[in-house]
Amino acid sequence: MDKRLERILPRVQKPARYVGGEYNAVMKDKSEVDTRIAFCFPDTYEIGMSNLGMRILYGVMNNMDGVWCERVFAPWGDMEEEMRKTGMPLFALESGEPITHHDIVAFSVGYEMAFPTILNMLDLANIPLHSAERTGLTPLVIAGGTAMYNAEPLADFIDLVSLGEGEDITVELVELHRQARREGWSKHEFLCKAAQLDGIYVPSLYEVTYHENGTVKAIIPHDGAPETVTKRIVQDMDKSYFPVKTIVPSTEIVQDRVMLELFRGCIRGCRFCQAGYVYRPVRNRSRDLCAAYGVASCNDSGYQEMTLSSLSTSDYPELTALCDTLEDFCTRRHVNLSLPSLRADNFSMNLMQRLAKGRKSGLTFAPEAGTQRLRDVINKNVTLEDLLTSCKTAFAGGYNAVKLYFMLGLPTETDEDVLGIADVAARVMHAWRESAADKSRGVRITVSTSYFVPKPHTAFQWEAQISREEYERRVKLLREAMTTKTVTYNWHDGETSFLEAVLARGDRRLGKVLETAWRMGARLDAWEEYFSLQRWMDAFAQCGIDPHFYANRVRERDEVMPWSMIASGVTESYLWRERERAYESVTTPDCRSHCNGCGANRLVGGKCDV
Amino acid sequence: MSKLRLLFVKEAQASYISHLDLLRTFQRAFPRTELEIKHSQGYHPHPIISIVLPLPVGQSSDCELLDFEVTQETDGSGIADKLNEGMPAGLRVLDCYEAKRPVKELAYLQASMELEYDHGVPEGALMRLQALFEREELVIQKRTKRKDMADVDIAPMIREMKWTEEPGKIKTQVTVSAQNPGLNPQLLGKAIERYLPEMQPDFIRIRRRRILDANGEDFR
Repeated sequence: MDKRLERILPRVQKPARYVGGEYNAVMKDKSEVDTRIAFCFPDTYEIGMSNLGMRILYGVMNNMDGVWCERVFAPWGDMEEEMRKTGMPLFALESGEPITHHDIVAFSVGYEMAFPTILNMLDLANIPLHSAERTGLTPLVIAGGTAMYNAEPLADFIDLVSLGEGEDITVELVELHRQARREGWSKHEFLCKAAQLDGIYVPSLYEVTYHENGTVKAIIPHDGAPETVTKRIVQDMDKSYFPVKTIVPSTEIVQDRVMLELFRGCIRGCRFCQAGYVYRPVRNRSRDLCAAYGVASCNDSGYQEMTLSSLSTSDYPELTALCDTLEDFCTRRHVNLSLPSLRADNFSMNLMQRLAKGRKSGLTFAPEAGTQRLRDVINKNVTLEDLLTSCKTAFAGGYNAVKLYFMLGLPTETDEDVLGIADVAARVMHAWRESAADKSRGVRITVSTSYFVPKPHTAFQWEAQISREEYERRVKLLREAMTTKTVTYNWHDGETSFLEAVLARGDRRLGKVLETAWRMGARLDAWEEYFSLQRWMDAFAQCGIDPHFYANRVRERDEVMPWSMIASGVTESYLWRERERAYESVTTPDCRSHCNGCGANRLVGGKCDV
Repeated sequence: MSKLRLLFVKEAQASYISHLDLLRTFQRAFPRTELEIKHSQGYHPHPIISIVLPLPVGQSSDCELLDFEVTQETDGSGIADKLNEGMPAGLRVLDCYEAKRPVKELAYLQASMELEYDHGVPEGALMRLQALFEREELVIQKRTKRKDMADVDIAPMIREMKWTEEPGKIKTQVTVSAQNPGLNPQLLGKAIERYLPEMQPDFIRIRRRRILDANGEDFR
């Protein structure tokens, strides 16, 4: 082990996250490796190791001959301070070596608040921040992940973006880079060729011009780069790689269990939900294969908990059958199955009871809005009746805690909708009184509200986020209306969500704000301990950029969005149609019952397997 | 039903695995053995496994013990190899056998300590350190379980120390009480910090070598 690291570790919290060596971490003989990849997650070990996409791509890359993919996470503040003090550069967990001279430095970016951490990690690794400053072929700095459906704020810093699911494109890209190094191409030559691969977006090959009012005038590709880059997907979930043999961390992480992915995409079409649009179309993994992967994963890792993961697990067509198939094994091996993201309309109490095996903790539902009108606006397609019926069954079955998630600031929201949330909570309380099996233990109802952030590639991408003052007024209104004693009300702090709204729909001009904020100390901004809105406001002021232009402005139908060169497969005209239907409070059926023509079917040759 | 004991090495990266995380790591490895770990009775049953003498994070050890109970009858043969298939780097099970001796017979532990001096060992350090640890009383400040500081005299808990010097480092092999109360060898560094601050090393590396019964024989 590096001597400097040995000296540092006794002084930092949770040192186990900085040493690697976990079961199934991939070690390779350097003499047989010609491509070194540093796979970076711009957040802590505990968060990054909980990311299934990271585990999939780690396996995919390490399955390539001559390629060694290693993991890199952001150090916590105490560790960063020690590293900077001793001059120890950011290192990869597998080899313990600095990533400064790795061939490819790849970032998995799931959320906008991670942007400043990317800059911090490059700096800690002694890698020049700007793409233009890195003139050689290596290190090539690339990024992927959901937040990269609008990569514009990072355009100055990263060399290219890999869009969508990375199983196939990553291999193609790594091979192309290998060829470029072997044949001595210039970086520019390589980037031009990479831009010809489906799903690769090279920001430096696009020129962006602006109108006087600050909106984007045109996005002009050059050097043969395509006008739009469409995301890549895995066509057949039964043929795609699943990380059965995957790293088992020696220290507790957030998702410390087997993550069994049942399907990708979502049939629902909630109008605010970026994941619901960008992961289309729905592709199911067959039940037998899911079961086989689940059993093999538990056997290899030794985990006794497995989560059946997807964007909306109760929509998996064979969920009950899958649980039946797994039941014997789970009983024998004492494996608990857990289901995330329940829908109040099709949730099966019977199934929950079976899975819980006596351990009845809490249930979580996300009605998202307080009135039927607003739930129709966002196309949530869950009724109060659905919710109350589900709660009653749960209470009668012995559950005594329910969490309810809502958003404040959704388009068209009125005070009546806000107060509707308190009403929903009161009715859930009433449902408990009517149906609880055992009232002596009391009930805990938790209502949480977040501050709506309009996201690119959704039906609400044209919307303004409500102002922070207005958000806080609505929180206060709701707080005062929450008179039921057993209801706990939690609300998100508005500062983070405001910045998220700025970055999510930002353009390239935010690059200098990002850099300024980082120089002022911004990093790990998804963590309350580190986030400071004041620092960002100072950075905006210093750069002469108005954050409200990005967060709080309604866009026109014909406005060129900064991310217009990126296509998720869902057409912009479909999104606009959904927005219009939202304003008419007209719902759109789920795509299993009716194809609504979003366009994503073209990604799988015409017909979705819903 | 059998009561079993594991003898294992904890070193390198694994020396940073905390006590709770170590228990979790072993719990995940046990299914490989096809043994059924006995669980406690009650509303939230938990597996009956315990580390005999938890090792402070950052130290290495050649002789860690873990006790557990299984529902089957077994003498533990073949278990070590199966467990090793699922271990992280730096954890290695050496043996698995029936736990016959009660833990209370464990009296001392022997550790090797390396005191590293980046700018060379100070003049006379070896002699002065030897003299320091021969004192009748060595009072240091120790954090109590209630998180406040208390004075503790560690001298009675030190049984023996053997010293050697190499370029840039002083090595000592120390035998200390293992329990009731036990002494974490790291605290010897605290004593240096308090009584001989000018002889304070830049780094102390500690490895547990043996665990002994009251007669000074290896405890298994």
